[in-house]
Amino acid sequence: MAARAADFLVYDKAAGVYRENPEQLVRDDVEKHAWKHVGITILKDWRLYLMLVPMLLVFLFWRYLPMYELLGCFKVPDEVLPVADQYFSGFSYFKSLLVGTDAPDFWRALRNTFLLSFYGLCFGFPMPIILALFFNEIRSNLVRSTCQVLTYLPKFMSTVVMTSLVTMLVKQGALTSGYGIVSQALEALGLISAETAKAGLLNNPDFFRAIYQISGIWEGAGYDSIVYFAAIIAISPTSYEAAQIDGAGKMSQMRYVVLPGILSTVVIMLITRIGALLNIGYEKVLLLYNPTTYVTADVVSTFAQRKGIVGGQKGLASAAEMMNNVISMLLVISANTIARKASDTSLY
Amino acid sequence: MKRKLETSELIFKVISYTLLCIFALACLYPFVYAVSASISGAHAVDYCEVVLFPKDIQFDAFARMFNDNMFWNSYSNTLFLTFYGTVWALLVAILGAYALSKKRLLFRRFFNFFLVFTMLFSAGLVPQYLNYLATKDVFNSVGITDDKWLVVIAMGMAAMNIILLRNAFEGVPSEIEEAAIVDGATEFQVLRRVYIPMCKSTIATVTLFFAISRWNGYFWARQMISNSNEHPLQVFIRLRLEEYTDPEQMAGWNEVFSSDSVIYALIVCSIVPILIIYPFIQKYFAKGVNAGGVKE
Repeated sequence: MAARAADFLVYDKAAGVYRENPEQLVRDDVEKHAWKHVGITILKDWRLYLMLVPMLLVFLFWRYLPMYELLGCFKVPDEVLPVADQYFSGFSYFKSLLVGTDAPDFWRALRNTFLLSFYGLCFGFPMPIILALFFNEIRSNLVRSTCQVLTYLPKFMSTVVMTSLVTMLVKQGALTSGYGIVSQALEALGLISAETAKAGLLNNPDFFRAIYQISGIWEGAGYDSIVYFAAIIAISPTSYEAAQIDGAGKMSQMRYVVLPGILSTVVIMLITRIGALLNIGYEKVLLLYNPTTYVTADVVSTFAQRKGIVGGQKGLASAAEMMNNVISMLLVISANTIARKASDTSLY
Repeated sequence: MKRKLETSELIFKVISYTLLCIFALACLYPFVYAVSASISGAHAVDYCEVVLFPKDIQFDAFARMFNDNMFWNSYSNTLFLTFYGTVWALLVAILGAYALSKKRLLFRRFFNFFLVFTMLFSAGLVPQYLNYLATKDVFNSVGITDDKWLVVIAMGMAAMNIILLRNAFEGVPSEIEEAAIVDGATEFQVLRRVYIPMCKSTIATVTLFFAISRWNGYFWARQMISNSNEHPLQVFIRLRLEEYTDPEQMAGWNEVFSSDSVIYALIVCSIVPILIIYPFIQKYFAKGVNAGGVKE
């Protein structure tokens, strides 16, 4: 920190001359020996800094070292050499992904990543809000808490159990066995043909997105409604009374009391969702998709998993994910900036 | 004061009740179906005669699973991973969050950024995979050959949870800490006697988050644990699902129960322990989502 010239001298009124500022001399001394002071401060407070060490090491080893491995997407892979010493290959992987041989698959994956999140935003996002509004209507505590407990329940399943259940409910029919109960119900309702049901809905690319969204709503809508419900019950009852006295019907109360009450929560959640548009969990897709549904199901991280971990094209896979994650990071940062500007609330 | 409901209000109420009940039942139905299908006879399950209630009741599907050593093995592995993983993550997170919550910490902004950046940018699956492989080599070279320890120590740390804890610690009034220091408490004693008791509910929430993510962990456990005896429950379920839904492998199936029943039984067995503790943890879960890390 550079001191301003005026700080060095102070006007001594009694003597009528400028003298050196004694405070500034101390400050200079601190600056000159800044690192020594840092050392002393840390030594004096060593317990506090010791507490920080395990966390720093965990993040350094298993969060930041992988970022260093990202260098691999500019290198020719080599089994023996560490990534820093590998031969520089330029941007060949990026070229291959964007315009070369892997371009169709990569663009498909990017498009699917975006679309899965986008449909989630359109269908999955409003559901918890609607649910919270409904919960608010139910005056009977018993009915409401029963409904709440039932709707939170699917959230407690692991992704594996949830996808296993989904797989079984829409499974294909084999020679020895019939097809899943949900397929059967849909067929009975005339929504799908018997052949489609028999072939298994998860083997049909047309159904992947619907299954993904519906299972997502089933799993998460109840649990996500908690935050909106909390916002609704935080609205003071006097607001409703005032609205009623002014002659507001149910719809007007919704419009002028409830909606403004939960708006800031909704905005924050919406911005978070938009920020996470390209940040889609790979586990669920990985567990639900199969080669017949790559057209609609393959997302960037599963593409990378297939190419890199299964197929051994590590540089290519790293490059694909890096592009995705960099765009994703920019989205999150801009979303957060907008949130801070719009509502003085930021996510971190 | 009893007020007469207006028509619009009445309609809205009726709609609310109906749709909510339908949604709640739809949430419940797959579980009920799983239970029914797991104890129904082969013909009833294969030809979809089970809709809600079990038919031709048998318990052989459960028996088959309970006689499978791999099942019990995977269960104990999951308990191991959940217990040690949660303890380790909690230890690291509480110590780190405590240090970060102190205003006097030098380079505090840098350390915070160090954490938050991992939430913004992740290296991706392949670099992480290579990193875990390298870690595995290091672990093996120092004599830790059990891959479970790799999963416990290297995985499952979440910056979000540390930030939740840090915010809670920051909310503790500094006067209490000063009083403890005047009484001669060291840093560790202040943490143990003042901060941890005062932030009990946040710690419970964070513990729950860690434990749930450990219990549910699948992908990295499958990638990194090479010995199938050490697989956790989730990996076991998935491997069984892949095996039992493969028509070729199931071609010669001839039992009193359907091959599907085994999968349903497995699903039921993995959910039951969670259902048992669910009433006790539910309030912390609800609390956690509201804390949500949103910081004013």
